[in-house]
Amino acid sequence: MATVSTNEMKAGTKVLIDGDPYSVIDNEYRKPGKGQATNTLKIRNLKTGRVLEKTLKSGDSWEVADVEDMDMQYLYNDGEFWTFMDPKTFDQIQAGKAAMAEAAQWLKGEETVRVTLWNEVPLIVYAPNTVELVVTETDPGLRGDTATGGTKPAKLETGAVVKVPLFINEGEKIKVDTRTGEYLSRVGK
Amino acid sequence: MIRETADWRPSASIETLRARAQLLAAIRAFFREREILEVQTPVLSRHATVDRHIESFVVSSPDHEARITDHGFLQTSPEFAMKRLLAAGSGPIWQIAPVFRCEEQGRHHNPEFTMLEWYRPGFDHHRLMNEVEALLRRCGAPQAMPEFGWRRYSYREAFETFAGFDPFALDAAALRERLAARGIAEPESLAADEIASRDFWLDLWMSHVVAAQLGADAPAFVYDFPASQAALARVRDEEPPVAERFELFWRGLELANGFHELTDAAEQQRRFEADRQWRRTHGRAVPPYDATLIAALQAGLPSCAGVALGIDRLLMLLSGAERLADVLAFAADRA
Repeated sequence: MATVSTNEMKAGTKVLIDGDPYSVIDNEYRKPGKGQATNTLKIRNLKTGRVLEKTLKSGDSWEVADVEDMDMQYLYNDGEFWTFMDPKTFDQIQAGKAAMAEAAQWLKGEETVRVTLWNEVPLIVYAPNTVELVVTETDPGLRGDTATGGTKPAKLETGAVVKVPLFINEGEKIKVDTRTGEYLSRVGK
Repeated sequence: MIRETADWRPSASIETLRARAQLLAAIRAFFREREILEVQTPVLSRHATVDRHIESFVVSSPDHEARITDHGFLQTSPEFAMKRLLAAGSGPIWQIAPVFRCEEQGRHHNPEFTMLEWYRPGFDHHRLMNEVEALLRRCGAPQAMPEFGWRRYSYREAFETFAGFDPFALDAAALRERLAARGIAEPESLAADEIASRDFWLDLWMSHVVAAQLGADAPAFVYDFPASQAALARVRDEEPPVAERFELFWRGLELANGFHELTDAAEQQRRFEADRQWRRTHGRAVPPYDATLIAALQAGLPSCAGVALGIDRLLMLLSGAERLADVLAFAADRA
């Protein structure tokens, strides 16, 4: 069993606590000059996304989680599973709904995505930071109204709904930030 | 954030390194004006600190047949050698020295750092606090309000003000309970003797709650620590007894630690031996304590106060940097 000690834990270190994989976000070392040292670890549960803080005595350790990040190509979704391919080995793996919670609404196929694997099973799939998608449903655009800053909902080809400026029309392609779900710009034809 | 391992560039900007040079020059001028003697003492020693919570780097010769004199410890502070100079009649002395502490690594820690340390025969800890304040104001540290000096809290007042209780009145169980009630997660995998140790819980209170609130505007002193945290300070026989020790905090960060120094050789030896015993039972390294310091105390250390101040942290706070690495030419990951 590989372990990692408090002084080796860095942002991104993957650890196993009570059977769940966590990623270290921040490691705060505290020590009175002549007293007990502690490390306060801010960690994210990679299954639930919940962030919590734990304190360890400096020098204590946690088990290392067998977690790795891989860039993979999204192939298709059969309604139950999403299938991804390792572009180097052409190995295919399938991710279930839980791993796709954030990413599913942004993917249409062929994108390269970051997949976090735990014991070789997809734990989380991250959509690319920005995606370009076609608007399939929205209220008619208001020509010339490019400055009022008003917004309206628009449905995209993947099913995601985002707020867009009033001048956007159905059939137009837009760029969206998947981390915030915000409209960024119109994509030229 | 994962750093590249082969980054050759400095951790600090060249502008910050200029500020470092200016700071060192200002310190040197301060001590020259006061006619305090600058000294240099060995960085590598045959002895080491036996402080329970400070680990020394061990330096050994690559030759396995090496004589024992080829094996030593990097200093964690120049304290012992400087006291031997005082016992030899040096009068007031100061130095800036590199010091090394194993495993101390973080936003505000680097295993190698720079210590300013000085000793004042005839001073007690309060008088030395005056001088620490004078030096740091000279170097650009702020005043809280003109005409008033920096806040000075006794250890008890600091806890009463920032933790809401008298630290001398509570036992380990009560300190632990209150920490949990405060929402501070206690460390995992505690040993029975840690759970039963008042100092263990007081340290957590200090580093997680009290210190974090100290010196928000201008630096603040804490003095008269529990006798159980005397380190190398003399203990004043009151009820409860207190150690004549002080620390300086600025924006929640510990900047300096000073003592009205213990001069009693027998008491010093007892503390060294107790610390070694503690280390032995806790599975820590048990280096030889500095018998030459005991001999110097037996010969006679003049009554004095001394203080050690972290130059890198001072520079970090003066320059508004967020991380210690930002003021080091090369932090440990690039050293």
